[in-house]
Amino acid sequence: MASSHQASGIHAARLSAAEIADNFGDLHAPFDAHEATVAADRCYFCFDAPCMTACPTSIDIPQFIREIQGGHAESAAKTILNQNILGGMCARVCPTETLCEEVCVREVAEGKPVEIGRLQRYATDLLMEQDVHPFTRAASTGKKIAVAGAGPAGLAAAHRLAMKGHDVVVYEAKSKAGGLNEFGIAAYKSTNDFAAREVDWLLQIGGILIEYDKGFGKGLTLEGLKADHDAVFLSIGLAGVNALRTEGEDKEGVRDAVSFIEDLRQADDLTELSVGRNVVVIGGGMTAVDAAVQSKLLGAENVTIAYRRDRGAMGASRFEQDLAASKGVKLMFNVMPKAIHGNGASAEIELEYTEVADGRVKGTGETTRLAADQVFKAIGQTLEGAPQGIDVTGGKIAVSETGRTSVAGVWAGGDCASGGEDLTVTAVAEGRDAAEDIHTSLMG
Amino acid sequence: MADLTTDFLGIKSPNPFWLASAPPTDKEYNVRRAFEAGWGGVVWKTLGAEGPPVVNVNGPRYGAIWGADRRLLGLNNIELITDRPLQVNLDEMTRVKKDYPDRALIASIMVPCEEAAWKAILPRVAETGCDGIELNFGCPHGMAERGMGSAVGQVPEYIQMVTEWCKQYYGKPVIVKLTPNIADIRHPARAAHAGNADAVSLINTINSITSVNLDAMSPEPMIGGKGTHGGYCGPAVKPIAMNMVAEIARDPQTAGLPISAIGGVTTWRDAAEFIALGAGNVQVCTAAMTYGFKVVEEMISGLSNWMDEKGYTSIEDFRGMAVPNVTDWQYLDLNYVTKARISQDDCIKCGRCFAACEDTSHQAIAMSEDRTFTVKDDECVACNLCVNVCPVENCITMEEIAVGAVDERTGQVVSGEYGNWTAHPNNPAATAAE
Repeated sequence: MASSHQASGIHAARLSAAEIADNFGDLHAPFDAHEATVAADRCYFCFDAPCMTACPTSIDIPQFIREIQGGHAESAAKTILNQNILGGMCARVCPTETLCEEVCVREVAEGKPVEIGRLQRYATDLLMEQDVHPFTRAASTGKKIAVAGAGPAGLAAAHRLAMKGHDVVVYEAKSKAGGLNEFGIAAYKSTNDFAAREVDWLLQIGGILIEYDKGFGKGLTLEGLKADHDAVFLSIGLAGVNALRTEGEDKEGVRDAVSFIEDLRQADDLTELSVGRNVVVIGGGMTAVDAAVQSKLLGAENVTIAYRRDRGAMGASRFEQDLAASKGVKLMFNVMPKAIHGNGASAEIELEYTEVADGRVKGTGETTRLAADQVFKAIGQTLEGAPQGIDVTGGKIAVSETGRTSVAGVWAGGDCASGGEDLTVTAVAEGRDAAEDIHTSLMG
Repeated sequence: MADLTTDFLGIKSPNPFWLASAPPTDKEYNVRRAFEAGWGGVVWKTLGAEGPPVVNVNGPRYGAIWGADRRLLGLNNIELITDRPLQVNLDEMTRVKKDYPDRALIASIMVPCEEAAWKAILPRVAETGCDGIELNFGCPHGMAERGMGSAVGQVPEYIQMVTEWCKQYYGKPVIVKLTPNIADIRHPARAAHAGNADAVSLINTINSITSVNLDAMSPEPMIGGKGTHGGYCGPAVKPIAMNMVAEIARDPQTAGLPISAIGGVTTWRDAAEFIALGAGNVQVCTAAMTYGFKVVEEMISGLSNWMDEKGYTSIEDFRGMAVPNVTDWQYLDLNYVTKARISQDDCIKCGRCFAACEDTSHQAIAMSEDRTFTVKDDECVACNLCVNVCPVENCITMEEIAVGAVDERTGQVVSGEYGNWTAHPNNPAATAAE
């Protein structure tokens, strides 16, 4: 018998297949051609446009929007992809509300920005639907470059390097490419298997070979990569997760949010995915919101995000907070986990209220308890499996502006590398820029 | 509430909004709907001579240009005059006029440029009881190829001749409809006046090609792979029409000649502007064709509200008030100095004023690191381009430089004395006159 909202414990099929399908539909419906024209017409074609400056990949936004206005969205797509080869995914997952759209003069003036993200998606989708890959490879350089990790940074680097005429081998620890595009981020931001389709489309450039199930600790060493390749780019992401260090953390029903999201993203049938009746997510970033919202969409009755600081300090943008609230997720601020109670399995979480003194969070002594048959930990990921002998700073591989590490011939980018926010778009920029630097240093 | 009643050539109508002779006025059914909707008058779709009616193309008759959200900005048509038998039209007009005695009903006529043709049709038109006639000397497509429409309107002598025939054979007001497809609108207007026309109406449509189909390589609307120029109308033509109306209103030879203004009237404001330039009423077509007859309601309420605000009780109170202020360039005051002023409170920092001024004008706007835009008074020639490209209304304005202050661009003190080109030292003609 099918489960329901009210069944306690962790169960699958809390909602019908139809309800699940509806819940996990596209967060933002794509524009049709007329909507895109009208939305594009709102762009003022600003001089030295703030949106372009705010974009980590420096996409020429006024230009691509004008190309949509002019009725040639294919050119717009090329303008986008030239700067950001994962422009299709970024159009879906970028927190535009804190990047391009935040500084759009119409956001500042009217609170209603030009819908840059949706316009970008319109253009890139159009090109991808035509199965056009608008880039070609330069003549072969005879150089061979290793990329460790097929996430956004690795893919962006690989594409740019292949375009320059190098041969690229991407080593991916999992059995599928895409990194967090494929295994992270919320399903409703990447519907219809978009991440995998985008990878296939990207590989049309040629010259990129992906070897799966290979990573550091899985058959690869940095020395080996260096010996066999002319340069190495590390984009291994943040494979570790932080622990709560809270009493009861080992109880059944307590797990990492990233693994829940990964299971969700890889599930063929979401009605078979289990979720608790009372879910508590610990954390305040995008991962916390993604886990909480998707729990709700799977049919959890009560979902709470418990964050130890106040709203303003939350890593998730206001848009993401409001999205969570609109789906029925309760946001609790200034609370931290004190203990997880239950007989073998989690039944309740005890939260202690906090205050911030001198920038440090500390408990006030006052506590509250929430029913919690499932607790997700979303308190940050950590660098794991970085090659020995490479400099690490602040928990990340130390890199220069162009991604050079402390080891000659080795570059790094994406979430595993220092500098920049942990965003898809930032990873793409870092991969692209490192590729340019690799090319310059090899060919210089 | 202001009284919108107009008396144009003795023809009374409850408001100055008439439907122009065009597809919307082609038959009784439409005209009755128009009067029920509140239109003050109708100029019936142009009648042709007795005999086999004209035929229209059976492919598309209209082409258009649009704004991004399909707002229709300009329309072009290649429809000819009425393609229904003359007597059918006359019978319908008779019935409609009888049922709507308080509305203006005008017959538009286009027959060959022969006295007999006009002599034949005019008594039959008179029998309908309509209030006057309008001579279609304007249509630029199709009929012009047969020596009618704009082919007549482009030859002032023909205009005068036909107008004289009409005045001879018809007792009620004769309005001459002018084509804008001419170098100087004053000449056909003078000819109409010389022929004793009671009024002129303008503009008829402008020769145009609205689009080219880049696959078929043919103008659109496309009829079997070919296209022809059609008559352009709608909001896009209003500035052209206003200039032509103003030229006639201020021409000493035609001053006082009643004008029925046509060309892109879409809202009350358009009508008010034409009336301020001397028009006694306005004729509308494209707005009705785009939105239906109901649009007249906004025209009525808007004009009435504005007149109330201004304290005008009748159309005549403000008619022609802008005419004395329409002048030639040479009489503009060269000692009137303004500078652009950017309101920092209203500025949204898009930088369009900067791009426009820096790239295409006088490099008179400065841009700071933090995107603050300011006017350089020593470079600003007050061209107004920044005002026009700014997306925020009233963010950039033109400020008059006070008398006695120095224009930083020229270093000259603003004298406050009127001085125009005719007496300017740089004008060779002015020098020669001394």
